[in-house]
Parts: sequence; structure tokens; C-alpha cells
Amino acid sequence: MNDPVATTLDLDGHAIRVWTKGRGPKIGFFAGYGGLPRWIPFLDLLAEHRTVIAPSLPGFPGGGRAQLDLDSHLDWIVAARRIFVAAGLEGCDLVGSSVGGGLAAEVAALWPQGVRRLVLVAPLGLYRQDEPPTDIFARRADEYAALFCADPDNYRALKQPPDDIHSGEWEIEQSRASEAAARLLWPLAATRLEKRLPLIQQPTLIVRGAQDRVFPRSYADDIAKNIAGRSRVEIVAGAGHLVELDKPLELARAVLDFTG
Amino acid sequence: MNFLWFHLMPYMDLPADFRQNNSSVWVDIDPALFNPERAHQMYNDYFDELEYAAELGFDAICVNEHHSNAYGLMPSPNLVAMALARRTKDVKICVLGNSIALYNPPTRVAEEFAMIDCVSGGRLIAGFPVGTPMDTCFAYSANPSQLRQRYHEAHDLIVKAWTADKPFAFNGRFTQQAHVNVWPRPIQKPHPPVWIPGGGSIETWEWCVQNDYVYCYLSYGGYKIAQGTMEGFWNVVEKHGKEKNPYRAGFLQFVGVAESRDEAMDLYTAPAEYFYGRCQHIDPRYAGPPGYTTEATQRAGLEGQVTRVADRSKRVRATQMKEIVDLGYVVVGDADDVVEQIHEVAKTLHVGQLMPLLHFGDMSKAATMRNTKLFAEKVMPKLKGLFGEYQDHWWPKPLDASRRAAARPLAPAAQ
Repeated sequence: MNDPVATTLDLDGHAIRVWTKGRGPKIGFFAGYGGLPRWIPFLDLLAEHRTVIAPSLPGFPGGGRAQLDLDSHLDWIVAARRIFVAAGLEGCDLVGSSVGGGLAAEVAALWPQGVRRLVLVAPLGLYRQDEPPTDIFARRADEYAALFCADPDNYRALKQPPDDIHSGEWEIEQSRASEAAARLLWPLAATRLEKRLPLIQQPTLIVRGAQDRVFPRSYADDIAKNIAGRSRVEIVAGAGHLVELDKPLELARAVLDFTG
Repeated sequence: MNFLWFHLMPYMDLPADFRQNNSSVWVDIDPALFNPERAHQMYNDYFDELEYAAELGFDAICVNEHHSNAYGLMPSPNLVAMALARRTKDVKICVLGNSIALYNPPTRVAEEFAMIDCVSGGRLIAGFPVGTPMDTCFAYSANPSQLRQRYHEAHDLIVKAWTADKPFAFNGRFTQQAHVNVWPRPIQKPHPPVWIPGGGSIETWEWCVQNDYVYCYLSYGGYKIAQGTMEGFWNVVEKHGKEKNPYRAGFLQFVGVAESRDEAMDLYTAPAEYFYGRCQHIDPRYAGPPGYTTEATQRAGLEGQVTRVADRSKRVRATQMKEIVDLGYVVVGDADDVVEQIHEVAKTLHVGQLMPLLHFGDMSKAATMRNTKLFAEKVMPKLKGLFGEYQDHWWPKPLDASRRAAARPLAPAAQ
């Protein structure tokens, strides 16, 4: 894998990393729980056909400590939209997974002209009393790998410190990513996203790993039913919550097929 | 030095197989284990014990706040403090404290503390803990990433509410209140002394020192493992060029006094093993929510006290009396032995505000009262003069006794 090009954008004094790689029409990616401490094979596969732009979300790796300035859900949505625009993604396709999927849905709902086609991979933010999502916060650290990936080693590989970093800062960066997710979603991951779903007019692909232990299957159908745009649900066999880590090839194919 | 008799008010009837059949004493403990009629008895015994400590000359009696917790039955310590304010005369009342980030608006804490200060004639110590992850983030669902920001804002609002001479509007990040105007207002001026119970968060040390507040390390791990934390605090005091006055610091220590060490082991083994075995059975899933431990504290290689307690539960943690005593969790012995050990606690940690925990676990009322009496009569007098060369600037300043109201004695028929 070649490294992506890293640039930064400014969000109220916080430097936000933007990774860019590939050629062709631009497509954005908002990462899932844990963010992108490193470039991942899924984005390389997309970059073979598209210019992939992956800006960090506040507090996620590359996103500084910007989460500490965000107090409300509106603050988060506005920050995500500003990052999307500043990364040069206005009018482009957008893929969002998990935590980033919830924010991608909000940005697409509130600024319909901004997003061309939308791919939501198990987006967080919905909560149904009869079938609540799994509690992702009351967890021991060693439970996360199996919670988020069908093959826990895929999550461990994302979070494995590089050989040349021994300062402890890597671990702090990962803990900050968890904090950012908590700041946005605590305690129930219930952001009332369902209220904005009818505003989503874009053609939307909803993806769920068949072995997702966090996001119930029925939520994918609820999203498809409630958004205004044309939509389709795709279930990826052998994948858990973070489909991009478990099945990069299958997800890249689905995204490329859908966005054309 | 000062002696503050501290009660946790544990539920005393957790079953012997509690650890085996339950995941946690906190947050998701089984409601079926709670018998309200037994709790009626426990609460009333606990009030008797606190009042007895006041009678025996302890400088203060202490209560604290926990939620969904079987070792701490005081979701609102203010209710307890108010009852104590009516039934006691001179003893100081230390509420350690109210988790101020949890209350909306936090002005409620300013009001209730002001009420206690008025009713008690100015005997209140106002404690402001951030609160444990179990209490705040899980039982009360406070956002762990916002908890400290909310805490600092709540503190600023409460202090301003106590001291402002006119009603004001408060436009905070988290609290907006158009008419802040606390009635009643505290007797103590500018406000009751503020004490901060903390774990090992380094920002808390800085903040206490900058504000000249008392830092209280409420460890259940005893004095031997507390040295690193207290040294960290005193280093910050020195860094800021402030006096290394032992009255700036409080420390909680489990103590069991008897006529002999053997008798102490007989008396206190069961209650200590109840506490460390059943009451410290905390599911680690509730100990480390993301964002609770600040980056500075992570970087310093420290953790909050409760995280360590929970981590210990994964390893071999002391639940047997020999180890509990060897590690210093509980100080036991005859009076002279305890005097010597408490002297060592006070000197090594340099703490002038000592909070002996003389009831713990499922200790009976009779045993608690005996422990309290032995401590008051045979331990306290020998240590009272310690740190006499320092002035305590952090102690309540009540009305003069001649100006304080007394509760009307109850007529026999009403008793």
C-alpha cells in the first residue's frame, strides 16, 4: 500500500487531518468507532477507482482534541458538515460507518445538495425500545475487538501500535477516539436520528455485516423504509459491525457498484 | 489534628455467595436483594452511630453520595446531614459530598448546602466530588467526556450563587439560568469550607491548590498504597509555593480498635471481609468509561482510585483478613498499637484531617459503638495534638454557641 497524502484543515483552531488517495471522482469516508489510526485496505480498494478523501472527525485519530468543544448534537453535526465542505467534498458521494455513519446521515439529511449518493454502514444513532442496540460503553477494553469485528484480529490490527512508537501517545490517541464516540453517543447511542431520516433524499445504500453485534438487522430496514430517497439494504456475509475492516473487498465492490 | 467519623452506610445483608452469583455491587445490583424493612433498621442504627460519634467528641461526622450501590445507601447525603444538623450541637457536619456535575441546575446544591449551614448554625463542610464513574457515568448516565467540564462550571455557579450580592443570570456552556438567587444563604462567609474528595487525578490536585481547597483522598486501599498519590498532591502544593499545611489534606482509613490485637482480629475480620469481599465486587465494565480519565492523568501513568479497585478484582485482590491487614487496608490492634499506626499514617501522608472509618461492612451496632468509644477515649487524645504547630484555615466557622438555636426536647409522649 502507498501512503495517502495527508493535509490538514482548520476547525476553530483544531488541525484536522485529511487523507487523500487515488484518482477519479471524489468520494468521502467518515470512519467508524475507533477512527482511522492507520490507512486501511478498504480505502485502497476504493482508491483504485476513485479519489478517496477521508477527513478525521473531531477527537478521532487525526482529529485533535476538537471533541472537547462540542457540547450538543447540533455542534457535532455542524462540525461534521464543515469538515466535509473544507475537505472539498461538497457535491460528492459519502460513505460513513458506525459513528461516522450516523454523522454522514445527518449531513446528508440537513444539506441535501451537499451529498450525491450516500452509503451508510451500520450507522449509529437509532434506538428502539423493543430492540435496543448493544451497549458499546459498559465494556472492558478487551471486549471491543470481538464486539466490532467478526474476526477480532481485524480490529486488533487497526489498533496495534506501530513498531516505532513507544511513547504511550498511541494509546492515548485510541482512548481519545473512544472518548469522542462517547461524547457524541453517551449513554444509549440514541441521537434521535430517526427524526431526520425522512429528510434524506439521496439514493442510499445501507450496509450491515451479517455478524454485526452492535447494530440490529431491523435498523437497516427501518432506515431504508424511512428515508425519502431510493434505498437498498445489503447484508455482507462474514462481517461484523465494522464491515470495512472485516470484508474490505466486498464493501468496496458494493460502494463502487452503487455510486457508479 | 482533626478526626472526622465517616459513615458509608453499607447494606448489611448481602448474601455470603454474593461474589459468585452477582456481577457487581454497583450499577446493576439485583433490586431483589434490598429489603426495605431491614434498611429501616440499618438507617436508624447508622444515625445512632453518627450521633454517638458526635457525643464522644469527634470533630466532625461525615457522609457521602453514591447511587445504585449496596455499600453506600446515601443517594442524597443532604437528607442525612439535615437530620444530623437537628440532632447534634457542636460537631461539624462534613458532606463529602455532592457530585455537582449531576444536578440540573447545580444551584440546587447551593440551596441545600445553604439550608444545612443555616440549620446547623454554620457547621457545614461542603464537599464537591467529581464522582466515581459508576455513580456519575453509569448510574446517572452523565457523559464521561463532559463530566469535568460540567463539574467546573457547576462549581463556578455554586460559588457565585453563594457570594453574589444580587440575583444574576448565568449563561454557561451546560447550564443557563436566568435568575440565580439562592435563598437561604449560608451562615459561613464567604461560604462554607470546600473540600474535594478525589482519586488520583492530577488536575484535581492542581485545582485544589489553586483554589485553596482541602484535598481528600478517600481510598479504601489504606495508607500504604496512598503514598504516591499524597506525594503527588504535596508536590503540587510546593510547586505553587503554598504552605505544606497538613490541614490541606484529608485521608480515609479503616480502623478497628480492641483490647488486644487478637481480639481485634476476632471482632473485625468478618466486617472487613464483608466489605472487601462483597462491597468491593465491582464489575470492571463500569470502572473506566472513555473520557473519564483525563489525558494528563493517563500520561502521568496514574489512574483514579476506583479504576484500580476494579482492576484489582481481575487479579488476586485482598479479601482475606490477613492480607487486608498486611496491606494496610484496615488498621487493627489495641489502642496503643492503633495510636502508633495512625501516627504513621498521619506523618507519612502528612494529613491533618483524618477520617477513620469505624463502621465497615456488616459490623454490628454494638461493635461499632465499642470501636468508636475505644477510638475516642484511647486513641484520639494521644494524637489530637499532632500538627498543633499549624493553623487549620479550612475548618467551619459556626456561630458562637450562645447564638445557636437548640432543638426543643421531645415530650415523653412523642418519644
